[in-house]
Amino acid sequence: MSYIAKPKITHPGLNKNELGLTTRDYEGAVSTLCAGCGHDSVTAAIIQAVFELNVEPHMLAKMSGIGCSSKTPAYFASQSHGFNSVHGRMPSVTTGANAANRDLTYIGVSGDGDSLSIGVGQFVHAIRRNLNMCYIIENNGVYGLTKGQFSASADIGSLPKKGLPNQQEPIDPVSTALSLGATYIARSFSGDKEQLVPLIKGALLHSGFSLVDVISPCVTFNDHEGSTKSYAHTREFYNHVINVDYIHPSEEIKAAYAEGEAMPIHLRGGDTIVLRKLSREYDPTSRASSFKYLRDRFNAGEITTGLLYVNEEREEMHELMGNVDTPLAHLPYEELSPGKEELHKLQSRYR
Amino acid sequence: MASVNDVVIKIATVNGTGSASANSLLRKSIFRMGVPVVGKNYFPSNIQGLPTWYEIRVTGDGYHSRSNRVDVMVAMNAQTYEHDMADVKPGGWLIYDSTWPRNRQLNRDDITVIGIPLSKMCNEHFDGARARILMKNIAYVGAVAALLDIDLDIITTLLEETFAAKKHLVQSNMEAIRLGYDYAREHFACPLPMRVEKMDATAGHIIIDGNTAAGLGCVYAGATVGAWYPITPSTSLMDAFRTFCSQYRVDPETGKRTYCIIQAEDELAAIGMVLGANWNGARSFTPTSGPGISLMSEFIGLAYYAEIPAVIFNVQRTGPSTGMPTRTQQCDLLSCAYASHGDTKHVLLFPADPGECFYMAPQAFDLSERLQTPVMVLSDLDIGMNDWMIPELEWDENYVPDRGKVYSAEELEKMDNFYRYLDVDGDGIPYRTLPGVHPKGAYFTRGSGHTKLGAYTENSDDYQEVIDRLLVKWETARGMVPEAEIRYSKMNKAALLTLGSGDGACREALDRLAKQNVGLNYCRVKAFPFTDAVRDFIDKHEVVYVVEQNRDAQLRTLLINDIDADQNKLVSLLHYNGMPINSGFVVDKVLDEIAKGRAA
Repeated sequence: MSYIAKPKITHPGLNKNELGLTTRDYEGAVSTLCAGCGHDSVTAAIIQAVFELNVEPHMLAKMSGIGCSSKTPAYFASQSHGFNSVHGRMPSVTTGANAANRDLTYIGVSGDGDSLSIGVGQFVHAIRRNLNMCYIIENNGVYGLTKGQFSASADIGSLPKKGLPNQQEPIDPVSTALSLGATYIARSFSGDKEQLVPLIKGALLHSGFSLVDVISPCVTFNDHEGSTKSYAHTREFYNHVINVDYIHPSEEIKAAYAEGEAMPIHLRGGDTIVLRKLSREYDPTSRASSFKYLRDRFNAGEITTGLLYVNEEREEMHELMGNVDTPLAHLPYEELSPGKEELHKLQSRYR
Repeated sequence: MASVNDVVIKIATVNGTGSASANSLLRKSIFRMGVPVVGKNYFPSNIQGLPTWYEIRVTGDGYHSRSNRVDVMVAMNAQTYEHDMADVKPGGWLIYDSTWPRNRQLNRDDITVIGIPLSKMCNEHFDGARARILMKNIAYVGAVAALLDIDLDIITTLLEETFAAKKHLVQSNMEAIRLGYDYAREHFACPLPMRVEKMDATAGHIIIDGNTAAGLGCVYAGATVGAWYPITPSTSLMDAFRTFCSQYRVDPETGKRTYCIIQAEDELAAIGMVLGANWNGARSFTPTSGPGISLMSEFIGLAYYAEIPAVIFNVQRTGPSTGMPTRTQQCDLLSCAYASHGDTKHVLLFPADPGECFYMAPQAFDLSERLQTPVMVLSDLDIGMNDWMIPELEWDENYVPDRGKVYSAEELEKMDNFYRYLDVDGDGIPYRTLPGVHPKGAYFTRGSGHTKLGAYTENSDDYQEVIDRLLVKWETARGMVPEAEIRYSKMNKAALLTLGSGDGACREALDRLAKQNVGLNYCRVKAFPFTDAVRDFIDKHEVVYVVEQNRDAQLRTLLINDIDADQNKLVSLLHYNGMPINSGFVVDKVLDEIAKGRAA
């Protein structure tokens, strides 16, 4: 991963957020991914989302494993701490980091190899714990850095650049997350920033595990005729069912939505998002019906996108454990040591 | 074979029958009589139905290791009767349940067999199958008490303490004890020539296992995040941490916890969590055993190179592979010292008993945060799960955790630039920052090549500069780790050198060899890297017997690798059958070597 610093020249006309920062302040190093890589669009969407949410850069932690996707935290939010860990293990590092400091906002960027093959164990267990993080999978169906092997998300019949079509069942992160009880599940497409930015914003605001599965085509190894993760294929079979709008706390929810199409969701953290349903039959608060709808559309060859499931009832990891509100890393030692006298007292049981 | 306060009692039972509480009652009552004891449990990897043994060494001299003999065998398990009878030292005693006929062909003329109808008496006295089995085991405590002259009042007091909330159990347990006690006194000459007598050698001492002490040490160290995957023999360490935390780390007003224990999906995740938490400024640890270290190795390499603190307790068990999970060894020295891919080496601490497990916990966190690197505490099953008499644990009220070089928000505010991997002080240890403190402190943590400023690199010189600086840090670590324990006299040209749980057997062996006019100096290393004093110690001797509990002389290899010790001087005495080492082994091996012409 080469590392080229961007020149820090800011256009005076750039918009500033409530912290007085521009999108430039949320940028990172120059990307070294291939020209046209879907991941760079996801990076741009993340920058836009954290800018719009007024996230203090030093309160954001960028976590990743190994792979093309996992390089991208270097390309946004250079004033935030980043942790590029080992292959498939981003969830565990984030779990520990979050256990130590629940006040930070955690954004994990992973790929389909990192999350669905080598790291599938950590992916599913982070969901079980309802770890409070935004987990983005940049899903392209192939291993890029090792030059084009299929990943576990490759669809049956999808053609590689060279060789035979994939015959194994794909692992769909969305339905996997749904079955495991993830509390915010979205799918999007790197080529649709308008849809992606609000989904990431919602994911960052959601308290608990948020999955954003982004179809992010690999222009070098998986963008050809016969691939089901190409730009062309994704655009053609795209079934967008739900939009998300973030409502700033100062705004009122406008009644501009038609009955049955708008659904305000009050997030546990106090924020509100409004879902605008483009498909009347879809209910994103029901696991069972979401699951059925997704399978039916998948069987019809469609890629369903939007905020596909949300559950604001379930508590996140710290709440489930009953931990103090103060980040554990900030507790002074005096509050942690039982002291000399107590040590003497407790040893009576060992005599 | 008459003696006072020098007797080894071994109890053979079946696991899952309540024998553990009976044995603990017996061991505690001798301790309460003021007599030092050593308790060792030999158990199978099983829940119920397989043979298990508990060995109580009554040692008025206060030795710490097991003795390789059995004076009194309580043979409660028909399945192992033959083996158990063979174990008894000539002149010793074997107690068995005479309810059922025993195999007379197995008789020995050189021991005394004592039959007590334990099952019969308990069946007549108690109702219900479960109660009868449990009481039969309590009843042998009574018989042993009569035969060895153990104070019944002390047993009563212990039962009253144990069953403070269930008074009726005190009575039924005492009845069972009385059955065994009275029968023994009626039918045999009590006490035996080998007996226990009150003394005053346990004041100020406790009996505790190493895992409990280490778990307690983590509480006192201020650890807040524990991540783990259950594995014998380390599991009880996290169990202890959890128990102490539920007592000391719950806010009395809100009921909320100031600790977080995460049972991970595997050891790969457990160490990942530990790194994440330490990276974020919490003191975090994981207990594991050898197979867990294997799984953690990739992450340990990342932590070494990215310079992230982590504390790992490795309660060693036999290997390779799953080995014998309930037997002890010191077999992970090399796999821990050099855990991971690439050029890595790690700071190791070697506790010798539960007391050091406690004190080395905060030490491990201090070193790990000061050096910004993983620190592993290498205990073993013998220390971790057996009952050791140690001086009561003390705490220094003035202890302040060493959090190492961490820039505060104020310091960062004043700085032009922060560079994560810059060796500002020349000790090889850079400064770090914690997320959430200040935007200027932000940096990108990575295991891939980085420059001394923290930027990504594939430049050969920049990469090498960083890994060379890590060697400077290694030498700094050498000056910080706990000093070896050394006993030196100019008179002696040869020495014993050991680590960890080899200490008890070696100290006892030194006494026994001295009685045979074999004078040896002694060095017990407490840490890797080895201190200069260890290097000097080896230099000053013609022969150094390296006593360790593994097949491949791993400590010897480390000595040669790390401090270039003269391998011709280092003679290995290796004990690796899975049983804790005993002094007899050390004495015999040293005498063999002397007979072979080695100097002593």
